[in-house]
Amino acid sequence: MTMDKNTAAYCSDPTAPPIIEIRNMHKWYGDFHVLSDINLKVKRCEKIVICGPSGSGKSTMIRCINRLEEHQQGQIIVNGTELTRDIKNIETVRAEVGMVFQHFNLFPHLTIMENLTLGPIWVRKTPKKQAEEAAMMYLEKVHIAEQAHKFPGQLSGGQQQRVAIARSLCMAPEVMLFDEPTSALDPEMIKEVLDVMVDLASEGMTMLVVTHEMGFAEKVADRVIFMDDGQIVEENTPHEFFRNPQHERSKLFLSQIL
Amino acid sequence: MSTPTQPTREYLAAPVHKDGAVAWLRKNLFSSWFNSVLTVLTMLALLYTIPPLIKWAFIDSVWNTSAEVCRDIDGACWSIIPRNIKFILLGFFPEGQEWRPILAMILLLGLVIYSKERHRWKKALLWYWLVGLIVMGTLMYGGVFGMPVVETGQWSGLPLTMMLSFFGMVCAYPLGVVLALGRRSKMPAIRTLCVVYIEMIRGVPLISLLFMSSIMFPLFLPDGMTIDKVLRAQVAIILFTAAYIAEVVRGGLQAMPKGQYEAADSLGLNYRQTMRLIILPQALKIVIPPTVGILLSAFKDTSLVVIIALYDVLKTTKVTLQNPNWTGYSTEAYIFLAVLYFIFCYAMSSYSRRLERELHTGH
Repeated sequence: MTMDKNTAAYCSDPTAPPIIEIRNMHKWYGDFHVLSDINLKVKRCEKIVICGPSGSGKSTMIRCINRLEEHQQGQIIVNGTELTRDIKNIETVRAEVGMVFQHFNLFPHLTIMENLTLGPIWVRKTPKKQAEEAAMMYLEKVHIAEQAHKFPGQLSGGQQQRVAIARSLCMAPEVMLFDEPTSALDPEMIKEVLDVMVDLASEGMTMLVVTHEMGFAEKVADRVIFMDDGQIVEENTPHEFFRNPQHERSKLFLSQIL
Repeated sequence: MSTPTQPTREYLAAPVHKDGAVAWLRKNLFSSWFNSVLTVLTMLALLYTIPPLIKWAFIDSVWNTSAEVCRDIDGACWSIIPRNIKFILLGFFPEGQEWRPILAMILLLGLVIYSKERHRWKKALLWYWLVGLIVMGTLMYGGVFGMPVVETGQWSGLPLTMMLSFFGMVCAYPLGVVLALGRRSKMPAIRTLCVVYIEMIRGVPLISLLFMSSIMFPLFLPDGMTIDKVLRAQVAIILFTAAYIAEVVRGGLQAMPKGQYEAADSLGLNYRQTMRLIILPQALKIVIPPTVGILLSAFKDTSLVVIIALYDVLKTTKVTLQNPNWTGYSTEAYIFLAVLYFIFCYAMSSYSRRLERELHTGH
């Protein structure tokens, strides 16, 4: 694909297939039915916020999209590749899908720069110098370029999470998944991470974000998905969802967190 | 409206350290009546043991005399060492060829010392080692450049100890890592194989493995085919040590947080890349202390090869003591040996501590 992802044409191409398509997906942990009949289509450049009570399966669902969790029924198609047992397909999808974790999961034995260039060098086979230049660009984007030669253990939580975002971006992914990216952070660090995510959204990145940051959802999301008990209960625009939730469970949830 | 008064905060001076010898003594040696009693008892014990020991070892001792002179003195007869040094260190290596094992040992030590610095861990180092090993092998075995052949049966003393332990460690370590990975494999056949191997080896003493290698194993070989005895002992040591290393490394692998695997997976790294770049560098670092413990005992266990009639440095010392001239000076000989072993072991453990420090990347 040669088209620049940032152009409006890329985002609004009506003939483009959905970048993620989940059809009738089910998942069990043993006998426990974690996800039941999930259907979801994500368009290019769409920003989706997923919320719901803990244990509702929201993290599990986005972790299925890059096969950190395996689904047992239904289909998941990411950028035209269906996720099956085939390890080659899985690796292809993983390279196209960036993921940011609650606990950052930086590699503590590598410098920030090495964390960022690892994927490009070993998976994309980018020459080292080129990978480092790109990494520097992304570090500047997340306002942390001066830390490039430190180790993750020497950074604050907010800085580490921004590095984690930059690490995913270095792979030039089609989609970014965020699994509660601010839940492990001190309050004063949440904003610096959310700001980076807002910037990213404004550049046209396709994003699926599991979060309880309702301000972020309202500002950025095209759609809010509310999950409960392993099912998608409600899908709506953020405006409608927050002011006029359709389901009892969404109303109850919102009354508890707002 | 009155201006709010600045809250006053008292800044205390840091406590003055009342050091000095008396304060130190009180604090560390006589802090309670019980500690005082212990201190006095320890002092008395030291007073009774140390001066006689010094007298025996240094004042009344002789350092390089014949065995006859030793009979007439009360002190230590260190002469047993210099007078027998050639046999203790080199054993049965043929007369006139001693420079060969000495050169080989120097080469080995030199390469080990050269390899200590992490910035030298590059591809070139592997070539140095390859060349070094070929030169060492040639020096020991001979047969070229006018050097007479010395069969491995005559390799003995320190070169044998160093060789068995060095190759034992160097080969056992990677084998142990592979076994640890195999034991955690998702493929049942590989996993079972590794579990059976590890548990079987750990279930028998090294001595029995050495016996098997020297007595049982040749029975299974076709007629006329033999495998070198030193090589068989070497393989037994490697197989034995690897099983222990595997379990230690497995512990390190299990200590790795799941998030590290997930982060590597989500970048699209494959299994080998994940292990090589992310998991093993961290896991192996965590288990440096127990690994060194195993390597140290492997080093000392090489002395067990004596039971299959290989003459390591401990055995050559024992043989020296059987010489009627020198019987009775075993204390001196074993102290020498202890110092020799200690130097090697201490060097290994202090190097491992340095490596740990260098690899530490936290706060």
